[in-house]
Amino acid sequence: MPVTVHLPTVLRSHAGGAKTVDAEGGTVGEALTSLTAQYPGLSGQVIDADGTLHKFVNVYVNDDDVRYLSGLDTPLTAADEVSILPAVAGGAVGTAPTHP
Amino acid sequence: MLRLSEAVHNQMVAHCLVGLPDEACGLLAGDPDTGDVATCYPTRNLAASAKLYTVDPKEHLRADRDAEAGGHSIIGVFHSHTHTEAYPSPTDVAQAPDPTWHYVLVSLRDASPVVRSYRIVDGSIQEEPVVLRPQ
Repeated sequence: MPVTVHLPTVLRSHAGGAKTVDAEGGTVGEALTSLTAQYPGLSGQVIDADGTLHKFVNVYVNDDDVRYLSGLDTPLTAADEVSILPAVAGGAVGTAPTHP
Repeated sequence: MLRLSEAVHNQMVAHCLVGLPDEACGLLAGDPDTGDVATCYPTRNLAASAKLYTVDPKEHLRADRDAEAGGHSIIGVFHSHTHTEAYPSPTDVAQAPDPTWHYVLVSLRDASPVVRSYRIVDGSIQEEPVVLRPQ
């Protein structure tokens, strides 16, 4: 199944600068695997070596975070759009280093 | 350099104050080439913590789409430090997702909020000027 994948700015350089790319798959996992087959630079950036979703990215099918669907097993249908965005987090845990 | 209007500056600080006692966070959209902020998107802190923040992923997606529709990009993130200075913590540095982004810290430690901005590239922190532009 052909699907469109929206890439975040931080990953576009691995895909020739493209904002959106075409991928193929019946599930989110298959689509992301086809994506890294096309663009090997994305390998390890979205799916970890153990086959799970990278901790620091969020993947969506249309409007929904796949972590609240079926993760990488989330099925895709024609015209679905997959979006990848960085997980944005941090905080003051730990003492800030001293600096000049 | 990060350039923002007084309105965006105030929106950011107000969101951080309203979020107390927890850290507050949000995204900044604008021109990635100039660092000119067009829109501030206050977001929910999913971590709901005084020491951690996580931008709500659904609100991030909505902000990203809205920014792109307006011809802009998400170019940075802001969050508050409720009891420490406006300087990135080791957690902030470790989790900084994009070297092209502006990382804005709003410190609420003192009576007057302090806003500072940084670039974080490969774990290295560089402060940049924050310029208030005319409306």
